[in-house]
Amino acid sequence: MTTVSSKTAAPRSVSGWRSAQSKRLLLTVVGWSVAVVIFFPIFWMILTGFKTETAAIADPSLIFSPTLESYQEVQARSGYARFALNSVAVAFGSTLLALLIAIPAAYAMAFLPTKRTKGTLLWMLSTKMLPSVGVLVPIYLIFRDVGLLDTRTGLIIVYTLMNLPIVVWMLYTFFKDMPKDILEAGRMDGASTLQEVLYLLLPLTLPGIASTGLLSVILSWNEAFWSLNLTTSNAAPLTAYIASFSSPEGLFWAKLSAASTMAIAPILILGWMTQKQMVRGLTFGAVK
Amino acid sequence: MATLQLHNITKRFGDTEVIKGIDLEVNDREFVVFVGPSGCGKSTLMRMIAGLESATNGDILIDGQRINDVGPADRGLAMVFQSYALYPHMTVEGNMGFSMRLAGVSKEERRAKVLEAAKILQLEPLLDRKPKALSGGQRQRVAIGRAIVRNPSIFLFDEPLSNLDAALRVQMRIELARLHDELDATMIYVTHDQIEAMTMADKIVVLHDGVVEQVGSPMALYHHPRNRFVAGFIGSPKMNFLPVTLASVSPEGVTIRLPGGGERSVPVEGQRLGANATLELGVRPEHLILDDQGPLSGQIKVLERLGGQTSLYVQMDNELITIMADGDVAYRVNDTVHFGFAPERAHLFDADGLALPSLQQHPLAGLTRQDNRAPGSPAEEPA
Repeated sequence: MTTVSSKTAAPRSVSGWRSAQSKRLLLTVVGWSVAVVIFFPIFWMILTGFKTETAAIADPSLIFSPTLESYQEVQARSGYARFALNSVAVAFGSTLLALLIAIPAAYAMAFLPTKRTKGTLLWMLSTKMLPSVGVLVPIYLIFRDVGLLDTRTGLIIVYTLMNLPIVVWMLYTFFKDMPKDILEAGRMDGASTLQEVLYLLLPLTLPGIASTGLLSVILSWNEAFWSLNLTTSNAAPLTAYIASFSSPEGLFWAKLSAASTMAIAPILILGWMTQKQMVRGLTFGAVK
Repeated sequence: MATLQLHNITKRFGDTEVIKGIDLEVNDREFVVFVGPSGCGKSTLMRMIAGLESATNGDILIDGQRINDVGPADRGLAMVFQSYALYPHMTVEGNMGFSMRLAGVSKEERRAKVLEAAKILQLEPLLDRKPKALSGGQRQRVAIGRAIVRNPSIFLFDEPLSNLDAALRVQMRIELARLHDELDATMIYVTHDQIEAMTMADKIVVLHDGVVEQVGSPMALYHHPRNRFVAGFIGSPKMNFLPVTLASVSPEGVTIRLPGGGERSVPVEGQRLGANATLELGVRPEHLILDDQGPLSGQIKVLERLGGQTSLYVQMDNELITIMADGDVAYRVNDTVHFGFAPERAHLFDADGLALPSLQQHPLAGLTRQDNRAPGSPAEEPA
């Protein structure tokens, strides 16, 4: 009996192993293809930045002698540092502000929900469906009247509003995963609401808060629509810096690429260093 | 230390009333157990005492002071949660000292108090560990330690043992009883496990559907259940119920006609019964006696040998009757058995499920766990 069953079972398990193997191979191929397709433009841009202008417009080729010529020229022409500083100030400033507003909001929604909590969350997210250009004119006019045009403060306010729905939503899902008992134990131990948040909620949801903050920084860093429309020189971040190379000097591919590479480098490195954190944060709800 | 009174407490969640007017008195140093099936409102009741839920109506008094509007931390209570609810990012010492840290107690004083509690619970070697490096029983002890350092007037336990395995549960049960004697504190304990209730309580409060079914000592509940629900809930295995008919009522008791045709007189008050009252006989499995002359009989369907005892499940008409018999009985499945019961150990319930009161009180009915201690044992001596 045993021999029979082992005979019939053996080929099946081998074929099962084979199909699992080929499935994994297929998935790997698809995964790499998608990654290559997504990364190729960035890769090409980085490459072009190291070419001479003539090489850049010549036939696309992977073999060329790299040069820092474009970087030197770009650097000589305009102050990268000033733009970069604006980007840092605006991205981190708006993220900090968004977290300060979103943490209490998400706390209320996660731990003191009402009948309308779910609806409020959806409504908040639905504002992201509106195209930004739809509110450009009113916001531009308001900013002009209160003197926020081309200021970091103005950009911080816009980015905070832009990211708030996502930040609240993400924090809400992280807070919801926190056992309520722990907060109640804190309350029994004499913690005020603020102490509850500072001593228990924040330390325990720090990974979630960190990945939310990172996402907010990245979204703010890469945002171009508002920065191009609301700033000119004083508060212009790196997105405006890249754009300044595109229109008047559209044909100088190498310099544009060099500027772009410099603009995305900081956020790319930040993303690289924190990718484990990011993936964990973004898939948190799904994995649990 | 402290007394607790509940006056007509109700709790509503939206349209559903989960607590329907509860009056209760908890005396100083008493170990009171709230017991009932899940959804009976026992945890909600405890959370209202703790201050984690507000009462819709009624008054909660500690030492005569109304505390409905006092915050949870200011009621002088400490609670041990079912999930332990330890702070995962703090060490054992941090967990136990958190309340004092919030209150601004100095580091030295905090450490001294934590050490004192850790000593009682044998937690000293674990003070620097984080909760995730502890076993279930150790976490449980940390949760209790966190309550002890607050020096509360009343301890609240919300199903504290239900996450532990069976062996550890028995051990912690003994430890909690010992702790109660040692700390001499008022304790309120919620459980769905009637064995925990029976073994630890001075007073059991049986809850069902948001109302108190009966309050009394474990032995009073066992021997004199007020109604069919309490009779079925307290005691393990469950009490057997058999429909019987009323034959006659006399001052000595109520005579009933059994399904097999025999008659028995049960010493309970039956004056209030009408002539054709429907009655139910209740006899605990351990009070049914195998007896070839017995008035009841049936066929054995299942037989469980536990060694010291054997459980017989006997089919009688539509009822499956449980009999706890001697471990060495020679019966087999499908045998027919005859059995009877001592009338003074039987209970009668009327059509509303209310027990007819016994004519004599059981001698142990007033006994509490405290009474089991010999006089002059350490906890009895003045501190």
